Amino acid sequence: MASLDDLKKRISSVKSTQKITKAMKMVAAAKLRRAQESAEKGRPYSDKMNNIILNLSNGISDIDNAPKLLSGTGEDKVHLCVVMTSDRGLCGGFNTNIIKKAKLYFQKILDEGKTLKIITVGTKGYDQLKRLYGDNIIQRISFKESKNINYFDADKVGKIVIEKFEKKEFDVCAIFYNQFKNVITQIPQEQQIIPLKTSEKNENSSEDNYEFEPEEDEILSNLLPKNISTQIFKAMLENSASEQGSRMSAMDNATRNAGEMVDKLTIEYNRSRQAAITKELIEIISGAESL
Amino acid sequence: MSEEYSVEIVNPEKSFLSKNDVTEVVVPAFEGEIGILKDHISIISFLKPGIIKIFSKSGEESFYVNDGIIEFKDNNLSILTSLILNLKDIDKEKISEIQKSAEEELNKSDINDQEKYLLDQKLEVLKSIN
Repeated sequence: MASLDDLKKRISSVKSTQKITKAMKMVAAAKLRRAQESAEKGRPYSDKMNNIILNLSNGISDIDNAPKLLSGTGEDKVHLCVVMTSDRGLCGGFNTNIIKKAKLYFQKILDEGKTLKIITVGTKGYDQLKRLYGDNIIQRISFKESKNINYFDADKVGKIVIEKFEKKEFDVCAIFYNQFKNVITQIPQEQQIIPLKTSEKNENSSEDNYEFEPEEDEILSNLLPKNISTQIFKAMLENSASEQGSRMSAMDNATRNAGEMVDKLTIEYNRSRQAAITKELIEIISGAESL
Repeated sequence: MSEEYSVEIVNPEKSFLSKNDVTEVVVPAFEGEIGILKDHISIISFLKPGIIKIFSKSGEESFYVNDGIIEFKDNNLSILTSLILNLKDIDKEKISEIQKSAEEELNKSDINDQEKYLLDQKLEVLKSIN
């Protein structure tokens, strides 16, 4: 059994770990509120954008001449995956969940004999993917320097994606991120952004006749690149809220575990102290008896 | 009373402005300025860099926009833009910053005519503000 001194040291070290995790939890909670707010504030933009694009793509009659970003290249050979993760660790299963989801997709692509290209956003994703898919990673982006999620960072990623698309470097593009549901639940998402999936097309196919200025396809070809940046931005916002939520619950668990550990160690400490006292007493008594 | 409609300006970060006592909005559409009054036909158009003017009961307001898209439907005007600045409390430094980066863009050789046109427009507007 560990000596009393050792136990004492362990108790104090667990206690200081607990202090750290508690502080991290508080910080994450404060950041979470902000991240959630900005995720909510960002929603109208992407919703409106989606609506307009839906209305526009409904209006397009000539599918063959539709912009490539909407209809795709007609091929399905090279897949580009944008994997969005955090820059910092200690956030529970946050990054692992995205990576798991992404790896499933990667495996499917590779099994079908297609080419896979990866862009990682956030350093943690790169760290986890470099061993298995190091050769597939064509670019790694990190926004460690920017304090807040801002649209211009998202726009940068969007522009990279579009540039590569225009150079015909890939046919299909998907992004991976965590959707924020609540503090405990974040759902890893896979979203195809090129070609754009307009599955809800018939749901609210409004009979509105819009006047377009300039022509539909010209607006559309201007709007689609913006939509990609918007989707990426939305993913970044969701991701940052998820990251903080995930960190908060992970740190909450860690704090609780540390508390349990302190309790256990304290009991052990008390027991062994009592045992030592009892042993001393027995020694004294038996010493007195033998006299 | 009946000449009023509502306008909402959103940028990626938040809902920038929302008003429902607007009488006229002038937007710098790609093919020239459009003034939108109540009961305008449903329209979708995108913007070039320029000034949005909003006339309402409470006065007139002007904003600089970098780009954007507008949708008018059922007397609701939505303006989506990535960068919008209120001309009232505009920051000269910010303007010169945008101006500088636009000039740099313009000097690149690999831009197409449309981009060049938009950048020219942008510079012109910025100069007029400054």
